[in-house]
Amino acid sequence: MATKVLMPQLGESVTEGTISKWLVSVGDTVNKYDPLAEVSTDKVNAEVPSTVAGRVTEIVVAEGETVAIGTLILYIEESGSADSNSSTANTQQKETAPQPQTESKPAAVEQVSSSPIAKKGEDGSKPRYSPAVMLLSQQHSIDLTRVSGTGMGGRVTRKDVQAIIDAGGQQPAATPLSDSAVLEPVSAPTPVSRPASFDMASAPGDDIIPVTSVRKTIASRMVQSKHDAPHAWTMVEVDVTNLVNFRNQAKDDFKRKEGLNLTFLPFFIKAVVESLKEFPMINSTWAGDKIIVKKDINISIAVATEDALYVPVIKNADQKSILGIAKSVDDLAARSRAGKLTMDDMSGGTFTVNNTGSFGSVLSMPIINSPQAAILSVEAIVKRPVIIDDMIAVRSMVNLCLSLDHRVLDGLICGRFLQSVKQRLESIGPDTKLY
Amino acid sequence: MAVISYIDAITMAMREEMRRDSNVFVLGEDVGVRGGVFRATVGLIEEFGEERVIDTPLAESAIVGVGIGAAAYGMRPIAEIQFADFIMPAVNQIVSEAAKMRYRSNNDWTCPITIRAPFGGGVHGALYHSQSVEAMFTNIPGLKVVAPSTPYDAKGLLKAAIRDEDPVLFFEHKRCYRLIKGEVPDHDYVVPIGKADVKREGSDITVISYGLALHFCLQAAEKLAQEGISAHVLDLRTLYPLDKEAIAQAASKTGKVLIVHEDNKEGGVGGEVAAIIAEQCLFDLDAPIKRLCGPDVPAMPYSPPMEKFFMLNPDKVYEAMKELAHY
Repeated sequence: MATKVLMPQLGESVTEGTISKWLVSVGDTVNKYDPLAEVSTDKVNAEVPSTVAGRVTEIVVAEGETVAIGTLILYIEESGSADSNSSTANTQQKETAPQPQTESKPAAVEQVSSSPIAKKGEDGSKPRYSPAVMLLSQQHSIDLTRVSGTGMGGRVTRKDVQAIIDAGGQQPAATPLSDSAVLEPVSAPTPVSRPASFDMASAPGDDIIPVTSVRKTIASRMVQSKHDAPHAWTMVEVDVTNLVNFRNQAKDDFKRKEGLNLTFLPFFIKAVVESLKEFPMINSTWAGDKIIVKKDINISIAVATEDALYVPVIKNADQKSILGIAKSVDDLAARSRAGKLTMDDMSGGTFTVNNTGSFGSVLSMPIINSPQAAILSVEAIVKRPVIIDDMIAVRSMVNLCLSLDHRVLDGLICGRFLQSVKQRLESIGPDTKLY
Repeated sequence: MAVISYIDAITMAMREEMRRDSNVFVLGEDVGVRGGVFRATVGLIEEFGEERVIDTPLAESAIVGVGIGAAAYGMRPIAEIQFADFIMPAVNQIVSEAAKMRYRSNNDWTCPITIRAPFGGGVHGALYHSQSVEAMFTNIPGLKVVAPSTPYDAKGLLKAAIRDEDPVLFFEHKRCYRLIKGEVPDHDYVVPIGKADVKREGSDITVISYGLALHFCLQAAEKLAQEGISAHVLDLRTLYPLDKEAIAQAASKTGKVLIVHEDNKEGGVGGEVAAIIAEQCLFDLDAPIKRLCGPDVPAMPYSPPMEKFFMLNPDKVYEAMKELAHY
């Protein structure tokens, strides 16, 4: 009796996964909890452990293929169950505990496979369409399963279809779109928040790059954030000459003691965290009819790789010293680039610090990392002539840019927050504690 | 243009035709001295004399039979059946003689007779003064059956019937006689037989009717319009042969069709209308073709509550139209 192994749920908002690599092949004997495959989801790479001990009899999903959660990916012939009598009941009992779902959760399979099928009629029967509706939908290529009916019991009427035709026809439903709609249930009912043009023509010679699941997620998150949160923007310039001097003094010693580079980012994060403590409103989220002010201060940091952007989280950053923050940044950045982030690494952020200065930018307008209320970008530190006490001095200057969700925050509090960050950074000096 | 009643439009049509053509004459029970029991022929005997306005014995077979003979001789008789209920003794003359005259004589003879018959209930007339008998005559090739609902159509269609070379059965809803008033031109005009008429433009549902019921439909449509439901109302006017083109067009316009008539449902004109739509408009239909008709009981009851139950009214039509609109 072959046991079915299904694509496991690898995170709350994850709806599909790509088999990036099979670690077993047909005929292999596996023990329980042995890794079967590497799966990459939206942002996490994970291994699928075996739920049973036995022999791999069939691999259903090919490498590189993306399938929905709950999809059958391979069969394992359980050892010691050659006689078919000892069947499913046994199997299921053994399988209840671990994450990857087997047949004991048929509901998930059912849900996924039935979703593209037409919505049911009022009494649970299949919907029935009048001849007029059928003809019009065929003539104008309208997918009736996506039309909401205004007739009795939600029946799709001729007028419903005609209205769509008069409005210029139905928006094409590209497969990736429907996936992201499931992924982001909030954005699904508002067509505005969907990426718009899927019918862009490509000219001969153009490269067509298939959209990866990470790219897809980035796209839908960005669109959603821009659509939902009214972005306002403000900037302060900070004199970080003292910081630069202090860091230059401390970095070699630090490297020797701690084995890692002392960069500027931990100082900025530290200053931001302390200011968030002072202005907890900034560390909040819009929740429709209320604003939730977060108790924990978890700083999301943006880590760019060649083709994607990861936003891992430094948990409880307010409880960390500059060293602690530096270690966290180093660890998260390394694991981001290696593709080894876990779902836990990615979740729970309450405010984002984005180090745009690392690629030389002096001004940026970041998109808020929804559902957070604000994002701060640290620009490049550049030497500039600055007037101090009516004298021109050469100082190391940096711009701090803040995008804010204007539903939650106003200019006044953000201005005060930035002033606070600025003050903390400018007062860094020989007395600053690294530990 | 004067606003006159339905019955005055009938009288006007006959008077004008009798003045225009000396071959036109009227015969029937009490049509002369009495001026008709509904007063449709009032004043005609004074103007045209008893040779052209003839009181007959109580024998419908003779009224129609004499008319057919006169028509064969070149006259243009208007035979009045006092109540449509009484037409049965004349069915043989109408169906087997008048309707077949042209065909069996290989076009040598025609039968230009008009047979007027007041039909329908709602006048407390009970069993023998309330029947709708039109369905009995709407499968007789050679016979034309007309049932106007407005004074304008009544005058124009009656003149067309009188001038028609073939027999025309002209049904007048007796409740319309003095209830329905409308603008009717004094001058000569004809409404063509065989043409239906859109009495109200609409886009949500199509209602097809004739006679008194048409007015119920228009009233219901008015009420529904206030609720945002737009009804398209087609008046058949001619029940045989039906205006198939107009029926198909009206049905296709909205894809939701309600047919309304006072006559019994089973075997009524509505069944034929529904069949035409089913044959021609399948891919325009958005709902089952519905009928709202009189119940399949033998006759109009005498008891007022029961007559009220039998008869259609604007509320009943309104409910049926609304249900279809929401389908």
